[in-house]
Amino acid sequence: MKETIIPIGPYHPLQEEPEFFTLTVEGERVVDIDVRVGYNHRGIEKLSEMKTFDQSTFVIERICGICSTSHPFAYTRALEDIISMGVPRRARYIRTIIAEGERIHSHLLWLGLAGHFLGYKTVYMWAWKLREEILDVMEMLSGNRNNYAMFKPGGVRRDIKAADLPVALGKLDSIIPTLEMLRKAVLEDPVLHARTQGIGVLSKQDAIDFSALGPTARASGVARDVRKDCPYGAYDEVEWDMIVTANGDVFDKLVVRIGEVFESVRIMKACLLNLPRGEIDAGIADIPPGEGIGHIEAPRGETFHYVRSDGTNRPVRHKVRAPTFMNLPTFKTTVKGATLSDATIILAAIDPCYCCTERMAVRDPEGRTLGDGYDLIRLSQEKTARIKRKMGNK
Amino acid sequence: MIHLIYLLVFGFLLTTCIGLAASWIDRKVTARIQYRVGPPLLQPLLDIVKLLGKETVLPSGVSRVTFLAAPMIGLASVMVVSTVLWVNSLYPSQGFVGDWIVALYLLAIPSLSVILGGFASRNPLAGLGASREMKLVLAYELPFVLAALVPVIEADCSIRLGDILNFQRANGATATSPAGALALLVAIVCMQAKLALVPFDIPEAETEILCGPLVEYGGPPLAIYRLMKDMLLFILPFFLIILFLGGVRCDGVHLFWGVLKYVGLLALITVGRNTNPRLRIDQALKFFWGPVTFISIGAVLLAAWGH
Repeated sequence: MKETIIPIGPYHPLQEEPEFFTLTVEGERVVDIDVRVGYNHRGIEKLSEMKTFDQSTFVIERICGICSTSHPFAYTRALEDIISMGVPRRARYIRTIIAEGERIHSHLLWLGLAGHFLGYKTVYMWAWKLREEILDVMEMLSGNRNNYAMFKPGGVRRDIKAADLPVALGKLDSIIPTLEMLRKAVLEDPVLHARTQGIGVLSKQDAIDFSALGPTARASGVARDVRKDCPYGAYDEVEWDMIVTANGDVFDKLVVRIGEVFESVRIMKACLLNLPRGEIDAGIADIPPGEGIGHIEAPRGETFHYVRSDGTNRPVRHKVRAPTFMNLPTFKTTVKGATLSDATIILAAIDPCYCCTERMAVRDPEGRTLGDGYDLIRLSQEKTARIKRKMGNK
Repeated sequence: MIHLIYLLVFGFLLTTCIGLAASWIDRKVTARIQYRVGPPLLQPLLDIVKLLGKETVLPSGVSRVTFLAAPMIGLASVMVVSTVLWVNSLYPSQGFVGDWIVALYLLAIPSLSVILGGFASRNPLAGLGASREMKLVLAYELPFVLAALVPVIEADCSIRLGDILNFQRANGATATSPAGALALLVAIVCMQAKLALVPFDIPEAETEILCGPLVEYGGPPLAIYRLMKDMLLFILPFFLIILFLGGVRCDGVHLFWGVLKYVGLLALITVGRNTNPRLRIDQALKFFWGPVTFISIGAVLLAAWGH
């Protein structure tokens, strides 16, 4: 059969961000896929190196509008790793509350979008309506709907007022019935089963081979969660379960994410109820020379930050790796062989976030690519080889 | 002359007005279900007027005639079929023998015009959408015709819509018999597919293939397609009312019942499209060729057996 190229992107109603999938299809069946990002490169890592450590917290908060807490969380942990110091207990609880609120609204956002991609607009609107409730809670606690600006190296920037606690707890309790209804509407719909079960299966071995992260890996039976494996914040002090399923199809990713929303509500409530008294800021004066890493479980998987300091008030190097960067390559196995109708939901099932993942691409004015991600990988490998040679290591 | 007036007044004007109002109701109810405000009453009309005022853009290399004629063919067939249905409703004795067949044929043409337009667009997405539409037509057309056969069998094998209406006036609506009820069920499902609404909006799936066959259309040709779809939103339920629910009579309290029947069917369409995700084309094929066809065959056998 004749092969046709179906472009999804750079602008396509499927996804809100500029990205480009080249789907090679035979009739309806996808035989190959190529992913290209780099349409929206903002040079955040470089920007971060030009700001002071405190200012960088705000810059990297704007890497992504949805993971606006995960990035500062990982970054501040990287700085605290350089100093090897702890954070006051109350600050750790507040950080956990904000991070879990982000997870709830991120998962609900994805759930709505998944409905949209499947043509189920009602789920789209209902999930987003429910998301408004949690955004209201976040606005009450932090003053902002999305970019909370709560994090600073060594603690949090703002305290949670005692008067807000019962209101937030009440709101969290009140969303549970709606959440339960949405869960039933989604997980028990026979047509949704037909569209999502057995679709885009990522086997456990593939998930391990591709180093898939977050819900994408957990849906394939890989019990991998930074919150359990390497606890930070208050995750080792409250009770919660990791949701792991075995099949790795789109339906299991739905199950994992909806389950995690319930778990996040549980964590948030436990943290709000047991919020310890005390300081919220360790008062870091300056960052000594050295390097540190910070990794936390973002809604989409592990977010990893590396920061190197030379003793001045600016990072010398700041490296960001968002979870989507690791989850994107799984398309190579999940999308191939699927029909075009399934391909769209499979592409969405990893909950991709391209602005987190943006990599540089150099183009000339005519739009021809002079250098893209593949060239960067090649350059990086050549550099590694060069350094190895220099060090006399073959 | 009188036929021309029928064509313009009933076939076009009245159907357009009701179709646009129906499309508004559909959009408004959908919006309310989804916690949105929804459009004002005149929005469907304004959409079409605005599109009519825009430039017609021809994609490079398309066959000009096919590309522009496709929407006209669809609209023309909808106009003719609505005239046939109106005349039959108003004067059941004025129909002609075989107008049942004519109506079925003409109701298939809008889908064909979409396929024609899609393939004429020379766009891979439009081609994909058109081929999906083609598969969908193949899937739902057989059960739809079988379901439409049930009232014919019940009305002593007359293929005149007027006879079917008169039979129902004398003996109660077709849908009150077991065979008629089954056939109505099948016809409602097929209607959803004919209207290309969720869960059968596979040819136009915007998140997959960007409105499919219509992707290259804009301005007046798109307005004509929109108008055609809005008119179908009235014509298809109207056809089902004539076949299964005793038709619409325009005198006194009967008009009220007629409106109620139509609103009921419209409500089913709206609810159906708001409580389902989109199916895949192979699933839709299996669905129509499997259970739906079996039920429609069962309905025909029941009707032939005298139930």
